[in-house]
Amino acid sequence: MPPLVEARGIGKQFPGVRALDDVSLSVGTGEVVALIGENGAGKSTLLKILAGVQSPDSGSLLVDGQPVRFRGVQDALGAGIALIHQELNLADNLDLAGNVFLGREPRRAGFIRTAQMHREAAEWLRMVGLNLDPAMPLSHLPIGRQQLVEIAKALSTRARLLIMDEPTSSLSARETETLFAVVRQLRASGVSVLWISHRLGEVKELADRVVVLRDGRNAGEIPDRSGIEHDTMIRMMVGRDVDRLARRPSHPPGEVVLEVEGLRTPAHPQHPVSLSLRGGEIVGIAGLVGAGRTELLTTLFGVTPAVGGRVAVAGRPVDLRTPRDAIRAGMALVPEDRKHQGLILEMAVRENMSLVSLWPESHAGFVDSRAERRLAEQMIPALAIKTPGDRQAVQFLSGGNQQKVVLAKWLALKPKVLLLDEPTRGIDVGAKAEIYDLVHRLAGQGLAVLFVSSEMEEILSLADRALVMHEGRIAGGLARHDLSEERVMRLAAGGTGRQSA
Amino acid sequence: MKGLALAATQVVRSAVSPKILGIIGLLAAVCLYTALASPNFLKVGNLENVVHRTALFGILSIGVAFVIITGGIDLSIGSVVCLVGVLLPWLLVDHGWSVPMAVAFVLGLGAVIGLVHGLLVTRLGLQPFVVTLCGLLIYRGVARGITQDQSQGFGTGYKGLRALATERFPIFGEGGFELPATTLVFLVIAVAAAIFLNRTVWGRYLLALGRNEQAAQYSGINTGRMKLLAYVMSSTLAAIGGMLFVLDINAAQPSDFGNFYELYAIAAAVLGGCSLRGGEGSILGLLVGSALMVVISNMINLVHPRYQNVEFAIIGGVILAGVIADELVRRAARRRPGSGS
Repeated sequence: MPPLVEARGIGKQFPGVRALDDVSLSVGTGEVVALIGENGAGKSTLLKILAGVQSPDSGSLLVDGQPVRFRGVQDALGAGIALIHQELNLADNLDLAGNVFLGREPRRAGFIRTAQMHREAAEWLRMVGLNLDPAMPLSHLPIGRQQLVEIAKALSTRARLLIMDEPTSSLSARETETLFAVVRQLRASGVSVLWISHRLGEVKELADRVVVLRDGRNAGEIPDRSGIEHDTMIRMMVGRDVDRLARRPSHPPGEVVLEVEGLRTPAHPQHPVSLSLRGGEIVGIAGLVGAGRTELLTTLFGVTPAVGGRVAVAGRPVDLRTPRDAIRAGMALVPEDRKHQGLILEMAVRENMSLVSLWPESHAGFVDSRAERRLAEQMIPALAIKTPGDRQAVQFLSGGNQQKVVLAKWLALKPKVLLLDEPTRGIDVGAKAEIYDLVHRLAGQGLAVLFVSSEMEEILSLADRALVMHEGRIAGGLARHDLSEERVMRLAAGGTGRQSA
Repeated sequence: MKGLALAATQVVRSAVSPKILGIIGLLAAVCLYTALASPNFLKVGNLENVVHRTALFGILSIGVAFVIITGGIDLSIGSVVCLVGVLLPWLLVDHGWSVPMAVAFVLGLGAVIGLVHGLLVTRLGLQPFVVTLCGLLIYRGVARGITQDQSQGFGTGYKGLRALATERFPIFGEGGFELPATTLVFLVIAVAAAIFLNRTVWGRYLLALGRNEQAAQYSGINTGRMKLLAYVMSSTLAAIGGMLFVLDINAAQPSDFGNFYELYAIAAAVLGGCSLRGGEGSILGLLVGSALMVVISNMINLVHPRYQNVEFAIIGGVILAGVIADELVRRAARRRPGSGS
């Protein structure tokens, strides 16, 4: 029997980049296949080709063994292939039924047949474990359950292959469990799932087979469940053993620089958080998405002011009600969302770098453009930023270089505490290593670094010590010699962090 | 000295973007056409009038440009012009206020109006469109109410004060081109605005928050206060404009004085390179944009007087053509290789 969907020798070229080169992949009926690879490996492009969003330059697609050519998403849907995007494509002003049948509403003479639509929607919602009133507004559901609505919507198109692009990236642990249960149930009923994930633990838990891409080519395949192991997957993804992230020596910690006592964030006011940070220390905050890690950083930085607690920087108590207060106290934040919070994309490298030091360097309010130029001339080589010049708009820089510009902006102020939120999200391996080196160098100069990361590798390789958050509180701290993936995961899931085995 | 020359060329190079060159070209084309089609265009009196009106509308458009740069809009300008325009003669003539008192009052009133707009936008989070649309209605209504809809003017008095708007300086000797005093007022305001926008920290903050308010906040910029400042500048410059308009014309009919002036100002700003999405704008562009609006109107008067009642349609068409051309150029630039995906 031919596989349900097969891609043979797919090639795709974008201006300046070869996104896919002779890539093949197949998904059988009732199979859950995980597609993994580093950023830029070509996963998303392959998904888009399978779902008819883009067409391949070369190679062929087969459904049930028959060659097909998709001219658009509608063709792919007709062949039973539905793509669920990473960001949900739902209208939160409509009810559940309206979302399930968005664009395909059962109608008569232009009027929606509401009763029929609700009846049918209820059935599809039940299939994904949502026993809810289809007339309920979508906005009443938490994000994880909205994802299930998206799946119900895909199923209602009679999809035989569901393609999911990082479906768990914004889900809580419990929501992820529900999603997995639904996927298992779908598999049992003969629906196939092709699924991109960066979370190898989830891949191990759910996938029947793993396909690995690297630099736009097939980099290996793990054909059966028993072979799905962390190290194997990482080796295939990276193309070599994982020594690239070898631990660097930590620096002897200095005086306490940041002291947080009973800090209560608006997101989790019932859980006061306390921690202290010494100069030269790099502390990682691990935990699942939604554990309150970003909120802790934004509260420390005065973006979302605290509802209680005390913070002292270098022994001096500070009142953090705006980012300005935090900056004045010697703190800097490299935010999670680089493009919206970190940079003015249309402005030049030079202007982005000087944005926070503009005022202290100014004379009676006038910009000191010489100081501004000096800063750029000093930072670009110091951080090895690849840019045609300091007047280049930062939007044309790669993710890694953009992140370095954000760092340079803060370094101009010589902060005492550096807060980093997902410092290497969306950044390729090479730039990642450079950023780790840089953070280490800064810690060596006495800077206290507090970083949030969802990447286990990042926590394990960068942190001198880790704090693990769970549902708004710090579930535990792990000193460097206690730091292991299992312990972190245990704490993140609400356990005690002690190894039972 | 060399450094100064270098700085000067830098200022010019950064101010004269391709976009502004395009609009200068359009202005030149309209001027050339009008000059060829009507013998009156190049007459000294007409040129003086064009320069004079460009200065007056230029002042309004500099004001609104600050708000547009923050990503907002100010629709109340025409009504502020009207309110100030009728209040000034009303206070002076009907109520016998002293000149300094009355001038300080109307300009202060402009600043307060801007402050209220700014507070409603930044503190209460109301949409600039709604706030200033209500302002448009309120200030005109108030102006008409105060004056009982009676036209206000200075009669034959206040020559000294009116000289601010009516004086002409014969810079080319007797009978030659005489520079209107309003041009000097405009130049002072324009130079100050250009320095503020391009050379001070606050100007940079305005441009930054117009592009990305959240990133500006994360960089410790008090974005609320900067926006407030923009609204205050807009309404204050509208008040200065209103004062000059009434000093010049010597008659303000409350029901139509300043009508649609906000749209002239916004149109000039857009033509001059301000993006309504915020974060972009140059003072030189505003000058050229204002001049273009005035010259088009002048062209219709001189060359096609029969079409005077479709003046708005012609102006609208020219602006639309300019914006479409700009968008097409932008798209072509984006398709160029090497400029990102």
